[in-house]
Amino acid sequence: MLSDNPALLGLTTIVVGVGACLGYFFLSNLFLDKVLFPASGPNAGRNINRANMIRPWLFLFPALFALLLYLAYPVFETLRLSLTDRDQGGAFVGLANYQQMMAEPKFWEAVRNNMLWLIVVPAVSTAFGLLVAQLTDRIKWGNLAKSLIFMPMAISFVGASVIFKLIYDTRPEDQNQIGILNAVWLKLDGGIGSVLMLQILPSILLIGFVVIVASVAWSFVRGIIAKGEDKSAWLLPLRLLVAGGALWLIWVSISSLVGIWIGEIPYGEAQTWLTLPLWNNFFLMVVLIWIQTGFAMVILSAALRGIPEETIEAAIIDGANPFQIFFKIKVPQIMGTIVVVWTTITLTVLKVFDIVFAMTNGQWETQVLANYMYDKLFRANDWGVGSASAIIIMLLVTPILVWNVYNARKEMK
Amino acid sequence: MATIAGKKSGLVWAVHISVALLVLLWLFPTIGLFVSSFRTADQISSSGWWAALFPAEQNEVYRAADPDDNRVADGDMFVVEGNIFDGTPRDIRSWGVSSRDVSAYQPGETAEMKDGESVTLQADGSYVWRGNDKQLSGRGQRIFITATVPPEFTLENYTTILFSGTGQDNMAKAFFNTLTVTIPATIIPIVVAAFAAYALAWMEFPGRAILIAAVVGLLVVPLQLALIPLLRLHLGIGIGKGYLGVWLAHTAFGMPLAVYLLRNYMVGLPRDIIENAKVDGATDFQIFTRIIIPLSFPALASFAIFQFLWTWNDLLVAKVFLIDATGSTTVMTNQIVELLGTRGGNWEILATAAFVSIAVPLAVFFAMQRYLVRGLLAGSVK
Amino acid sequence: MTSLSLKDVCKSYGEVEVLRDINLEIEQGELIVFVGPSGCGKSTLLRMIAGLEKITGGTLEIDDVVVNDVPPAQRGIAMVFQSYALYPHMTVYDNMAFALKLAHKSKEEIDKAVKSAAETLQLTQYLDRLPKALSGGQRQRVAIGRSIVRDPKVFLFDEPLSNLDAALRVATRIEIAQLKESMPESTMIYVTHDQVEAMTLATRIVVLHGGDVEQFGAPLELYERPANTFVAQFIGSPAMNLIEATVTATGATTSVQMGDGGHADVPIASLDSDQGTTVKLGVRPEDLTVTEGDDYLISAEVEMVEALGETTVLYFKSRNGESSLIAKLPGIHLIAKGTTIRLTAVPEKLHLFNSEGKSFLYR
Repeated sequence: MLSDNPALLGLTTIVVGVGACLGYFFLSNLFLDKVLFPASGPNAGRNINRANMIRPWLFLFPALFALLLYLAYPVFETLRLSLTDRDQGGAFVGLANYQQMMAEPKFWEAVRNNMLWLIVVPAVSTAFGLLVAQLTDRIKWGNLAKSLIFMPMAISFVGASVIFKLIYDTRPEDQNQIGILNAVWLKLDGGIGSVLMLQILPSILLIGFVVIVASVAWSFVRGIIAKGEDKSAWLLPLRLLVAGGALWLIWVSISSLVGIWIGEIPYGEAQTWLTLPLWNNFFLMVVLIWIQTGFAMVILSAALRGIPEETIEAAIIDGANPFQIFFKIKVPQIMGTIVVVWTTITLTVLKVFDIVFAMTNGQWETQVLANYMYDKLFRANDWGVGSASAIIIMLLVTPILVWNVYNARKEMK
Repeated sequence: MATIAGKKSGLVWAVHISVALLVLLWLFPTIGLFVSSFRTADQISSSGWWAALFPAEQNEVYRAADPDDNRVADGDMFVVEGNIFDGTPRDIRSWGVSSRDVSAYQPGETAEMKDGESVTLQADGSYVWRGNDKQLSGRGQRIFITATVPPEFTLENYTTILFSGTGQDNMAKAFFNTLTVTIPATIIPIVVAAFAAYALAWMEFPGRAILIAAVVGLLVVPLQLALIPLLRLHLGIGIGKGYLGVWLAHTAFGMPLAVYLLRNYMVGLPRDIIENAKVDGATDFQIFTRIIIPLSFPALASFAIFQFLWTWNDLLVAKVFLIDATGSTTVMTNQIVELLGTRGGNWEILATAAFVSIAVPLAVFFAMQRYLVRGLLAGSVK
Repeated sequence: MTSLSLKDVCKSYGEVEVLRDINLEIEQGELIVFVGPSGCGKSTLLRMIAGLEKITGGTLEIDDVVVNDVPPAQRGIAMVFQSYALYPHMTVYDNMAFALKLAHKSKEEIDKAVKSAAETLQLTQYLDRLPKALSGGQRQRVAIGRSIVRDPKVFLFDEPLSNLDAALRVATRIEIAQLKESMPESTMIYVTHDQVEAMTLATRIVVLHGGDVEQFGAPLELYERPANTFVAQFIGSPAMNLIEATVTATGATTSVQMGDGGHADVPIASLDSDQGTTVKLGVRPEDLTVTEGDDYLISAEVEMVEALGETTVLYFKSRNGESSLIAKLPGIHLIAKGTTIRLTAVPEKLHLFNSEGKSFLYR
């Protein structure tokens, strides 16, 4: 039997699939030119024009078919499913699925975690990517360094999860720790080094984060108060949304800042990192950051190379120091690229499933929307709520979708 | 900028050191997995993988040769000579003759014991044991050494995972399943997308701009939305769960990026060349196959790498569209996740399995990095 | 025998008209140059002849066959592009053979055609190379060779020299002229914005401006008898001086009076109705000479002197808003800035244009 040997089946598929594609394109063109509208006889000119009107659609048909059936149709079908109940034979139930979902604490946990992911992962990846891109820009072995940092890009989320599970591994108290994190942790003893590493350094990072968030939020809020700004109606909710999110972030940061100094640090005890509530989310994010930094670095590095050398030389002659050159000359010139990198990573984060699935499967308060959805669809077999959560993911993606389409259309004009 | 006068070299050093640290930090996790895959289960659970890279200090006990058979008279004394190592020599740090003080002497020193009995141990393990008739009888003198042991690695895990393992421990089938999923799912979308991209780049027809915008929009649609409707569709039309379904799904999910990437590249090809081909008498089909395809090789390669990495590394699509209840079509990512659940503590199996699954994409990555970077730059929506 | 004929050909992109009612009759064996400033529609016209742009209105005939709807390959034309448009993945040989292969010519036939074209263009030793291994001039020759191989009725050249440096441009220009001489039967159409190329290569020149044909004629005819002020100023460098004047006497010879006392009797016929009208008197900078006498055309103050050795170019202060005057005198003249001098010219070298810019010759 053919289907018994997957390798043979695969080979046959390649030959048949590719052959069918090529055959379709070749034969349909041949049919168009020789049979339907032959380029000879009295109507040659008109026929050629007609053939040329149809030909693009021949070229497009298979791709369009795949796009419509596999991506466009499911969006609407999922929307429809989210309004029906499978147990009632697919009857229309309005927003009942959404209500049921909203009533679940697990959903809200997923939403909260997703928000954290959405803020932390793109921010840290982009920042690290920019840092590496800048540092490697002028050194001889920069390409090697970049290639090594870029490498995790090729590693699957599952592979990366195994890699990091080894790092986070915990052994009983009396055994040697084989997870590097615990091994390092046990070296910390509450001395000056530990205070520096665990209290002062995080505090500085948190304060820096609060300052950045506050300044970004302020630049949005200022628009509401200031005169002469674009006061379009649709901008106001956006601004309020950003301000609200920023306030929440600042609150979270400040409370963790307090926690760092007040809380008792369990020195000398091996920790099961993936079960520490809230913290474990960050340990999972590290995996994605590790993978995505390379992506950010590659794009930003190209952008940095694209900055006109003259602007930098002019700044040197004007007396700018390396930090000023970086923040005042380079970063503003690649702001567009930074936004692109940020949104691209945001999209990846929204779809992140494998990491959570493989490492914690959403236990210990690490649930995210994509995994929540998978849970509902394939474990609970609740297609209604599953579809509803998929629609939530779609809603989160929509602003980026609109923005991309808007930009693409602008570029084509 | 190194040529600019008055530049501080301290800053340059700081840059070099920070980059080195970052690279190490980034490599560290992968190296950990790599090293662990070459250690035995006992080694992994007794010490961290980083310890395996350096020689370890180890205490060992040897006995001098049996005096009754080996002693040689030397005046009124007897002597036993020999070497404590048979075969593999160790690097002796220190040694002793009593369990209470195992590192009393350095190699080459002589341990003086009671009543003129003495043992001299050289660094190469050769010893001279000297004493009177009574002393040199019975069993051989115990010699305690503290030696440094060089790192030890084994290929056993790979043999288990690839060949001899049973059940979940054997990845061979999953490896071939993954290949079976990946190759058609990489090639077919390229063919389909290339034609569409050419039409969108170089053919005039009404609605072209809208189609391009639609492709850009579909680029970001999360495939999560497609799972249920398409699974229902596949089950409905009889494809069910299997290779055909997963090929179709991967082909379609890769399509927006493929069309977008290839169109962007093709539209940048010189217009003159395509018009010249028209003047030369080439039809659209000929222009496509003879001019566009050869010239678009870099873009085709970029997309091929993307699609290969994505399909090879995929878990979700395989779980939904491919793997049925029998599990005979499992792919590597899925098998590793299952191993994580059932054999979470068996790091030798996990690490090796994971490394087998990431080795192929890593090889592709290092071989074709140039095209991957180019594709990334072209594929991110500006 | 008419090789190419355009009747009321026009082209518009939506509302925008880029070419209006172009009428041209091109004989077999001619080398026609389309010249004009950028945006005049010359390239569009060429691409319409090639079939790369649809013709909005009118008819285009090649060898008396209407080809409006015939695809490029069947029109019997070959085109050399500004960027050469060599196929970068094919060798020189394959580049030249591509069109013949598409036309299903036999291997021997293709080989013969390619070899002979390569011989003509001294490309034989480069046949195995890829375009990227060739110099600019060699690439240009491959592009030409590719068109020769097809043995077309009409050769189309779209600014073929603009990507070459100055020295190579002159050399290649001469090569193209020689090529034309060796193929007296073939018709060539050549687009350029460079008037030197137009003057040296063309049997006839089409001057295009803003979508209209301003004049169609032999190079020297355009120089000596420009149909309007645009052609007068476009052909020749520096451009022709145009001086405002009033007609004082009409007849077989027309007398005009300039504002500053200058005067001329131009041997060009005028109508009685021209009496007293304001006209433009045209005189080329190279036709002006310095005079001491009272019978002068212009009296003006020298603003700048460019001494080039072989010629001396004088720039005069413009008077009451008119465009400034330029004189190009042969040899070296030691004239100080600020001096006022008088200039004159042979009456046969003068041109007269009415207030709409039309030449008196073509009324």
